[in-house]
Amino acid sequence: MIQADLNILLPEIVLAVYAMLGLLGAVYTGKDRMAGMLVWLTAGLFVALAFYIASATGTRTAFGGMFIDDGFARFAKVTILLSAAAVLVMSQDYMARRNLLKFEYPMLVTLAAVGMMVMVSAGDLMALYMGLELQSLALYVIAALRRDSVKSTEAGLKYFVLGALSSGLLLYGASLVYGFAGTTSFAGIITAAEGHAPLGLLLGLVFVISGMAFKISAVPFHMWTPDVYEGAPTPVTAFFATAPKMAAMGLFARVVYDAFGGIMSDWQQIVALLSVLSMFLGAVAAIGQRDIKRLMAYSSIAHMGYALMGLAAGTELGVQSMLIYMAIYVTMNVGTFAFILSMSRDGQPVTDIQGLNMYARANPVRALSMLVLLFSLAGVPPFLGFFGKFYVLRAAYEGGLAWLAIAGVVASVIGAYYYLRIVFFMYFGEEREPLDRPQSPVLWGFLVASAGVMTVGIVFLFGIENVAQAAALSLIK
Amino acid sequence: MSNVLTMTTFIPLIAAAILAIFLRGEDEFAQRAAKWVALVATVLTFLVSIAILAQFDPANPGMQMVEEAPWLMDIKYKMGVDGISILFVMLTTFMMPITIAASWNVTTRVKEYMIAFLVLETLMLGVFMALDLVLFYLFFEAGLIPMFLIIGIWGGKERIYASFKFFLYTFLGSVLMLVAMVAMFADAGTTDIVALMKHEFASESFSVLGIHVLGGMQTLLFLAFFASFAVKMPMWPVHTWLPDAHVQAPTAGSVVLAAILLKMGGYGFLRFSLPMFPVGADVLTPLILWMSAIAIVYTSLVALAQQDMKKLIAYSSVAHMGYVTMGIFAANQQGIDGAIFQMISHGFISGALFLCVGVIYDRMHTREIDAYGGLVNRMPAYALIFLLFTMANVGLPGTSGFIGEFLTILGVFQVNTWVALVAATGVILSAGYALWLYRRVVMGELIKESLKSISDMTTRERAIFAPLVVMTLLLGVYPSLVTDIIGPSVEALITNYDTAVSEAQAVTQHAATSATSH
Repeated sequence: MIQADLNILLPEIVLAVYAMLGLLGAVYTGKDRMAGMLVWLTAGLFVALAFYIASATGTRTAFGGMFIDDGFARFAKVTILLSAAAVLVMSQDYMARRNLLKFEYPMLVTLAAVGMMVMVSAGDLMALYMGLELQSLALYVIAALRRDSVKSTEAGLKYFVLGALSSGLLLYGASLVYGFAGTTSFAGIITAAEGHAPLGLLLGLVFVISGMAFKISAVPFHMWTPDVYEGAPTPVTAFFATAPKMAAMGLFARVVYDAFGGIMSDWQQIVALLSVLSMFLGAVAAIGQRDIKRLMAYSSIAHMGYALMGLAAGTELGVQSMLIYMAIYVTMNVGTFAFILSMSRDGQPVTDIQGLNMYARANPVRALSMLVLLFSLAGVPPFLGFFGKFYVLRAAYEGGLAWLAIAGVVASVIGAYYYLRIVFFMYFGEEREPLDRPQSPVLWGFLVASAGVMTVGIVFLFGIENVAQAAALSLIK
Repeated sequence: MSNVLTMTTFIPLIAAAILAIFLRGEDEFAQRAAKWVALVATVLTFLVSIAILAQFDPANPGMQMVEEAPWLMDIKYKMGVDGISILFVMLTTFMMPITIAASWNVTTRVKEYMIAFLVLETLMLGVFMALDLVLFYLFFEAGLIPMFLIIGIWGGKERIYASFKFFLYTFLGSVLMLVAMVAMFADAGTTDIVALMKHEFASESFSVLGIHVLGGMQTLLFLAFFASFAVKMPMWPVHTWLPDAHVQAPTAGSVVLAAILLKMGGYGFLRFSLPMFPVGADVLTPLILWMSAIAIVYTSLVALAQQDMKKLIAYSSVAHMGYVTMGIFAANQQGIDGAIFQMISHGFISGALFLCVGVIYDRMHTREIDAYGGLVNRMPAYALIFLLFTMANVGLPGTSGFIGEFLTILGVFQVNTWVALVAATGVILSAGYALWLYRRVVMGELIKESLKSISDMTTRERAIFAPLVVMTLLLGVYPSLVTDIIGPSVEALITNYDTAVSEAQAVTQHAATSATSH
């Protein structure tokens, strides 16, 4: 019995054991000299596990429904693992050059990944909280990875304090839910919430959603995002912008469907409100930003708004569109951060977008790839970002939320402005102090590959359409 | 050749990819190579597109040479042409080699310049051939990207402002169309344009937020599409991006913008608004007709006051597009025939006028009308060509400009005499600004010191104008060349439109009588 349960958890167990062995091993041997090797090893393990997970089929539950392994969880896990591997590989060169490559870094990323995998597989409020905290604690530490920098430390502390607050909200909500449903398992909650839910359960739902909205940085729980993005070392920011977003979004969908699927109309309005606020704030607040990391923070807030739009639709198409949107979003962000990581002057990282003046003249290929990514982020056809938007718009409209779809497209026009401004600096600006010529072929590879995916992907979406549909089906029974 | 449409569309893109991948360096040789590759590709596209015209059967009002392949969701990759779209395809392939040839003097970032124009050509051709809603939107919107770069990189002093205004203005217009497309997809379950034309969207009136919407769903969808096409067209009062974009764009950019990009709005009205939402169109026709009439008079008056040649021609373009919208929404054979004719003819004439400005701009680097005068003394050939196109712009009989204006006014006269009357005054006003421009630039004594050494057109420049002169005169004396091809498709369009409108009226009347009888 336990054998079968453990078998389902195999990827998580492998990763957890690996993280602990790696920490111990590195402490007793080469310490930070091992870090470079560990980064590659971890990334390799992530990719291998992603393939292993992708090969599984069907729905299995372990530990009496605490842990669910279904198509939805697998879709999220594969995205999480692959993006985490990509970010690890991308960060190696950057961190080594700035003496940041500590052996704890890949291990903490591994632990965060374990937490995320538990999050998207959670079938119980306890499992949910365990996964969420494992992920969050690991992220708090790596946000403050640059210990001698005030900004980085501040980012870590800010993230920790606000994160603790949100965990508190979530726990409070969970206790209310437990009090009124009498159980912490999602399967139990959904029967208790069938039809007419008691007020306490609704209050609990609101608190749980608030806690999760913090993790995906949806407005009005977004305040930490720009500061943490700016303060954390860029590779860490890249990590924040990709895998944890997918995980939190997966968790969000898991909770609202598996636990509160019976009272859809109650959470639908909350999610729609979060969505429309995020889209507009993300679009408007990014206009004034000079720092590309802060700008990407607001951009990610806006993108979460679009993903939430799919979720708000409350249909199978909605979940499918949300998954496709997140997969596209993660791919775009990997490429964009590969570009940001390669921005430096005299060896020092540059994040001011004015530094990109006439970048296109010195680095035409990188500039063109970034152009593709920016237009894709803005949702301008023919790039893949447009299809992501098209999917969620369609889901929202067919889910009866036409007003949300209209608000979404209007916000996307406002948002287009700041992406265009980066293009403006790269292509039309005046030549000032140029940036260093980027050296790293790894970053070049990720940037160009990501831009290539955005262009070629429109032909067939790499087949994720059907996979996402199957995943959505497994979530909405 | 069953995939001739796809071939035509993607030849320029392939050429652009070749330039992007294989051409290195910024030296003289690389620049020359880029220009030649672009010219050969566009000429080749034109030659292949002649095959489309040759295979085209004018008697058949349906879609021809249809190509289909499955794509994402239930979307298809579907291309085809009918009588309405084929001439726009030909106009595009015809104008592009001229555009490239007119850019022979570009020296900054030549490779990127040519790539931008080649990509733009693919996207424009795609717009006119796409038979799937999403595919159409893809091409329609993607065209903004190369144009944004063309204005922004190679434009004039205020290029940044102009490029952002161009992009955001048109982007805002078209995202509303995107929502409407999503709604149509949900309603009809398909994005196939041919199927959507047959699909009847609900036209029962209903109330939204206390506002009574006559024509119901159709009116809302119509308005969403209208937002996009009216900006693209551009119609008064959303035309203000056009003068800025025109003035700042490089000559070739202005030519493409005026000759082809503006036609996408009119094409959209004919492809989507009229056949898919006939009731909605019928409800809003009076408004649009008056907007067109105002556009014609107002922008003609504004053109009179311009100091910048390009701006003057830009405003005259808006006025001429007013005739087009007027003709389309007159919704009769003369009106729509005239509108299509006017679009094709305006493609040649306005393209040529912007090239005319380009010729002297290349020499003097100013577009101020006051900086010129008496050019006829040193540039007789230029004076002659400029005169021809000025007259064509005015609508002199014998040039193609006359037919379009005449037919549209004839068409709208049958629907709304007052609009026709107001629009006809625009003919006089256009003579006013165009002839005055000609007098100030070309006629008189050559007294300006700076102009004393100006040289007449080179052989290359003359060669560029030759095909445009031929087409303007040919269509002016033999308009059947166009009307024979578009005739059957337009007829089918009007028949469907009339049936749908009269059916809807019958239903409303029936509802009204049954309501009173109760």
